[in-house]
Amino acid sequence: MNGPAHQAPLADADLLDIEVELFVRALKLRHGYDFSQYAPASLKRRILQLVQSQQTGTVSELTARLLHEPAFLAIALEGLSVPVSEMFRDPDVFRALREQVFPVLASYPQINIWQAGCAHGQEVYSLAILLEEAGLYERAQIYATDFNENALHHAQEGIYPAKEAQLWSRHYLAAGGSQSLADYYSARYELIKLDQRLRRHVIFANHNLVTDEVFCEAHLVLCRNVLIYFSDPLQDRTLALFRDSLVRGGFLCLGTRESLDFAPSATDFSAVNAALRIYRLGSRNPGTG
Amino acid sequence: MAAPQAIVIGCSAGGLTALETLFSALLPNLEQAIVVCCHTGSSTVELMCELLAQHATLPVVEASERAPLEGGVIHVAPSGYHLLVEATRRFALSVDERVSYARPSIDVLFDSAAEAYRDALIGVVLTGANSDGAHGLACVRSNGGLAIVQDPADAEAAAMPMAALEIAGADYCAPLAAIAPLLNRLCLP
Repeated sequence: MNGPAHQAPLADADLLDIEVELFVRALKLRHGYDFSQYAPASLKRRILQLVQSQQTGTVSELTARLLHEPAFLAIALEGLSVPVSEMFRDPDVFRALREQVFPVLASYPQINIWQAGCAHGQEVYSLAILLEEAGLYERAQIYATDFNENALHHAQEGIYPAKEAQLWSRHYLAAGGSQSLADYYSARYELIKLDQRLRRHVIFANHNLVTDEVFCEAHLVLCRNVLIYFSDPLQDRTLALFRDSLVRGGFLCLGTRESLDFAPSATDFSAVNAALRIYRLGSRNPGTG
Repeated sequence: MAAPQAIVIGCSAGGLTALETLFSALLPNLEQAIVVCCHTGSSTVELMCELLAQHATLPVVEASERAPLEGGVIHVAPSGYHLLVEATRRFALSVDERVSYARPSIDVLFDSAAEAYRDALIGVVLTGANSDGAHGLACVRSNGGLAIVQDPADAEAAAMPMAALEIAGADYCAPLAAIAPLLNRLCLP
């Protein structure tokens, strides 16, 4: 047979894979955002949700808009990042930070904390409250970063649906909060607004874990439930980035179900609280390096 | 369908009892990976795994991020996270928004497993009081997999199997007591 090799038409599912690949490629080539190292299953799900919310019918039509419609980038990024969090999510983690990590942080005259992938900022405010109650906030500097400008803007405002406040109050108390969460926000209509005093030592900045480099020297890095969206190599790159950002003996706090089993860089860390995914840089060899 | 390589099971209200019955009657030499998404209010699935393990003929473990699906093992979705199966047949987690008010969502598990296993997957929808899993089961079927739904008349909560039958249909609709023998027959050569 002459001409190019020919194969049977693809199943719809395979066709979808091609469309997703082209979309990801267009996003990178046209706008410089690289999602090619994201875990495919949830990325595909989000792209399909974008098809639904934008009513484009196919992923290929999303790709066309990405190429030809500059304003569509923000919509696409918002859809792909879907920042979902809660204040004091996994209260045990915040309790452990207060009891196991803060006493060490207290020994530094200046405490730098990097909250990577801060999304809508719920954990930034949680952390600020925790530091305030531990008497450490005046010495603290929190760098809260995300690659999504809309999310950063939202985080800076600190305005959330009031219906969340009840759950968050319970979490706050379970985390060992010493007052009432309501002391830290004002409620109006269906919304609560976090006290902007909590922001006085927070810098919100755009930083992309996929492409950007070290920008600060941190004593604690929080990056909870971000690495679950990354491939093994990207997870490993990000852990190396955290390692290079942390002071020796600095702390790393991940999501409670995240796995380091497939990351070579994880050997640089040892567990402070394995169940709650709190690690410390290089403390197994305290005399070296 | 091809020889089944994995079984995904979804349940909600009444699910724990149903799973105990089901797992106590599976043959211990099954080689398929079994993945369960059960909506629970609790913050940990460790207790659920322990309870199920007391009845099950196969080991019951919490599904862990990035780990491969293991044949002959029952993997349970952690609470508070969606559980997905990658094309590489490893687990992935997400904290994306709830689907049908649920996280973990049965639809999310079934959709991703259907794409990973195509026609080598069996989807099972058991008792539950919502409609999660119906679209996921339709996805299992459209990828060539096989669908089993608990007979709504036999279920502690009928809504979920009814929604599954309505939206996805089923290759088998059977009372709970018949589902383990059915899986044994379909899975063992």
